[in-house]
Amino acid sequence: MATMIAEATGQAILTEEHKQSFLRKYIFSTDHKVIAIQFLFLTLFFLMIGGFLAMMMRYQIAWPDQPIPLGGIFPESMVASGYILPEFYNSLVTMHGSIMVFLAIMPMLVGVYANYLIPLQLGAHDMAFPRLNMYSFWIMIPAGILTLSSFFVIGGAAGAGWTLYAPLSARPDLTGVALGQQMWLASVVLIGLSSIFGSLNYITTVINMRAPGMTWFRMPLTVWALFITAILGLLAMPVLSAAGIMLLFDQTIGTSFFLPEGGGQPLLWQHLFWFFGHPEVYILILPAMGFTSEILAVGSRKPIFGYKAMVWAIISIAFLGFIVWGHHMFQSGMNPALGLTFTISTLFIAVPSAIKTFNWMGTMWRGNLKLHTPMLFAIGFVAMFAIGGLSGIFMASTPVDIYIHDTYFIVAHIHYVLFGGSLFALFGAIYFWYPKMFGRMMNETLGKIHFWLTLIFFNLVFFPMHGLGMVGMMRRIYDASGYRHLEGIADTNALITWSAFALYASGFLFAFNFFWSLWRGKKAADNPWDATTLEWQTPSPPKHGNWAEVPVVYHGPHEYSHPGVTDKDWLAQNERPDVPSPAGGH
Amino acid sequence: MDWALPPNYSTHGVVIDQLFWIIFWLTAAAFVLVEGGLLWFIFKYRSREGQKAHYTHGSNKLEVIWTAIPVLVFAVLGAYSGTKWAEIKNASGFPPDALQFQVVGKQFEWNITYPGIDRQLGTADDFTVLNQFHFPVNEDIVVNLESEDVIHSFFIPELRVKSDAVPGMVIPVWFDSRQAGEFQIACAELCGLGHYRMRASVTVHETADYEAWLASQATAQ
Amino acid sequence: MAHAAAAARAPERGLDVYTQKVGMWVFLCSEVMFFAGLIGSYVILRFGASDSWGQPGEVLNVPVTAVNTFILICSSVTMVKAFAAAEADDQKGIKLYLFLTFLMGAMFLGIQAYEYTELILHGEWQGSHGFTPQAGLYGATFFTMTGFHGFHVFLGVVCLGWAFKRSLAGEWGPKNTHGLEVLGLYWHFVDLVWIILFTIVYLI
Ligand code: HEM
Ligand SMILES: [Cu+2]
Ligand SMILES: [Cu+2]
Repeated sequence: MATMIAEATGQAILTEEHKQSFLRKYIFSTDHKVIAIQFLFLTLFFLMIGGFLAMMMRYQIAWPDQPIPLGGIFPESMVASGYILPEFYNSLVTMHGSIMVFLAIMPMLVGVYANYLIPLQLGAHDMAFPRLNMYSFWIMIPAGILTLSSFFVIGGAAGAGWTLYAPLSARPDLTGVALGQQMWLASVVLIGLSSIFGSLNYITTVINMRAPGMTWFRMPLTVWALFITAILGLLAMPVLSAAGIMLLFDQTIGTSFFLPEGGGQPLLWQHLFWFFGHPEVYILILPAMGFTSEILAVGSRKPIFGYKAMVWAIISIAFLGFIVWGHHMFQSGMNPALGLTFTISTLFIAVPSAIKTFNWMGTMWRGNLKLHTPMLFAIGFVAMFAIGGLSGIFMASTPVDIYIHDTYFIVAHIHYVLFGGSLFALFGAIYFWYPKMFGRMMNETLGKIHFWLTLIFFNLVFFPMHGLGMVGMMRRIYDASGYRHLEGIADTNALITWSAFALYASGFLFAFNFFWSLWRGKKAADNPWDATTLEWQTPSPPKHGNWAEVPVVYHGPHEYSHPGVTDKDWLAQNERPDVPSPAGGH
Repeated sequence: MDWALPPNYSTHGVVIDQLFWIIFWLTAAAFVLVEGGLLWFIFKYRSREGQKAHYTHGSNKLEVIWTAIPVLVFAVLGAYSGTKWAEIKNASGFPPDALQFQVVGKQFEWNITYPGIDRQLGTADDFTVLNQFHFPVNEDIVVNLESEDVIHSFFIPELRVKSDAVPGMVIPVWFDSRQAGEFQIACAELCGLGHYRMRASVTVHETADYEAWLASQATAQ
Repeated sequence: MAHAAAAARAPERGLDVYTQKVGMWVFLCSEVMFFAGLIGSYVILRFGASDSWGQPGEVLNVPVTAVNTFILICSSVTMVKAFAAAEADDQKGIKLYLFLTFLMGAMFLGIQAYEYTELILHGEWQGSHGFTPQAGLYGATFFTMTGFHGFHVFLGVVCLGWAFKRSLAGEWGPKNTHGLEVLGLYWHFVDLVWIILFTIVYLI
């Protein structure tokens, strides 16, 4: 029965495709693949914008006494007689962080890849709630417009940091930013809604729509990671929404939740923000870990080392992620007795990350490494994420954090995990799944050049920031001159800025490759990487409805170099039921 | 290029720097292990003609080992950090005879209230000076941090002291300097458009000089 | 198709619950966190400033709200009845109970609107006339929490209206209960949140 219904819906969806108008098919589409691609273009755009803001910041930090080139094209409220104004610099810092987190990395990890991969890797026709899925994309559009236009309203864009600590963020009279801050909050509430809709879909789909034979421990690690990420988003985003709404009330209707004059508590904001914020940073890394696992297995031609350990590591990260938020508040004036609890929980959350790193290395060990571009980025992820995880240990040790909190050491840490981690994995994912999405390959040579440039310049930009943090350079400062302890750092800052320009430029090489390949790329085979998971067992790109016939799953997700298969070095999840293979790790 | 911790002059700084370097060597070892391992694997196992990957799903023994080792290391590190942290930050453990100051952050300046010659805050001889913090060497100092408007952060790099100043709260901070010298207070928490220039000078005097300075201030009042 | 093959090709069992219901459960988890954020903040703010909080009954009209609470609880009962009627294919019952649920939800909102108006116009709090969201943390938390709850009731009432309209066309029945069940879940949740809010905001 169930099969017949499933098959019938599949057929119905397939035939439905032809009847759809252009608008329904490509714009207001409910097809998870189209929505994923829409998210991809949107987030790449915001990645470029966020990067541009960073370039302006870097110029200012390296050469505070020189006017910026082409400064004249900016309004006087941002750049006056060629110089970036301090209030504009604060907007740059704030909006760079906010855009990267909320409009680039998070929706790219989840909006693009949870959408694209969950149904395909599980063998489902679409998401559980396709319409809701479409809304979750379209809500992002007003959010993006609010964000971008806030730069041009009176007072400029939000300037209290992406963490928007109250009272600075709550009292326009102290920043001069009123409307911009409110637009930011409104857009975050919208993004929260979008992400909750998305999570709802992903979780339900994973629970209820797995193809026959796709047991929990046969799910690819990407799906596991995205599933747990969705749970984190589901539980963390509403807390940010609640807090954001209270802050919005403080700003607009005169309440004082976070304002001490009216009895409110500034630290309450921080508790709420980081209760969301720490799970958020894992939202930003877990999917990246999933992609990396997947690509490493494919590129090493080996099953994932310790598949079950990986799953449990993801689950324990999610659990621990909700009880470590205080580590962002060690120096906030919070009761120091809480410090010990949060130190311990924070150090323990580093354990699953360590486990994952060792298992990735185990996966490569005695493999047959195909060093194509996605694989390079995946290895790059492991190498860079390890540095970010290790620097986290410094900060988790409370006495050391006294010194390095709010310095460039933190900036280095964030970027090793978010750029070296999340973004490296995302680049890998884009190269890897591009043929499935668009039916063409991206250019390998350009891809490799892009990888090496990114790796080199990324490290030239962010590694020295550990040094700046050690010297004691504070975060978010517009001009470091005038501090005796910061006298020797001008050269380092110049080096960083030059490298940052090069890093940004290499992004355009990627963009060129991306767009050029859309039309000129080599036609992709259905399974160009000889991969085992279900999405590769469909045409590139898959049709509307994904499968004419629902696949049946017989094997774990990463059966490479199986000794029982001699004609090739991979065994798709849905082929050869006669070959026995372990259910998962053992 | 100068990528080092600045010289440290405080007692707490000794502990902080020591922990910093312990963690540095621990993480350096892990760094070499991971990055070296990756490089070695890339070189050793890169695809060659006729090479076949070794088929394995992992090893429970290894999982246990590489879970247990970090847990142990972190447990020790956490316990040690926690103890030191409590010694530095728990107000109940602050020396009762410490010299107390009141420091109030305000966009974009530091107002320092001195206890005067009687060494007591809240008496008639207290006085307030803008952006100048003078105190005697080798003496326990407790600063009561406050803020008038937004959150600031009181940071003296050479003394390894940092704490936020939060409106509506009084946050006591304990430190000292074991050498006379000139330093600066920097603001480490984004507090508005003048955040980058919210600094004050710090002068650590020999005891006698501090008293002379106090006296000169008293006459100036 | 052979029987064995068909069995092998049934989708994997999840929670053995249909998709819309799983979806609603998942959604309610997120709602729990939203209210947890608001209620948690309330607890922290109130604990930190207990003297600036009204005694039960001092500002808020407890009897009226108690009646309102009772109405909302009754509406949960009628919602259960509506679902039972649908399972029993009792078309009259479906219509009746859905209408009652809708009506009581609307009454709840009406009484809340009355309560708000009274408070804002005639409320007395710490010497000032009119109890508004600007009336200290007490006013701010009161209006934020009850307001967001009211918004949820409003959404529920809209859906109930839609469900009632469909019942007139006889669309609910033993073959089509899912919509009612899912709506019922939401409605009971909103009811539950209210009982918590009523206790901590009005009675403690
Ligand atoms: C592996 C173990 C990790 C540990 C032990 C750790 C520890 C910490 C600590 C203690 C802080 C606060 C430092 C301070 O402000 O003084 C911090 C900040 C931060 N971490 Fe991590 N972290 C880890 C992994 C990650 C990951 C995986 C991500 C994201 C992908 C991440 C993203 C961030 C961000 C964005 C901040 C700065 C937030 C801000 O203040 O703007 N961390 N980390
Ligand atoms: Cu964190
Ligand atoms: Cu500041």
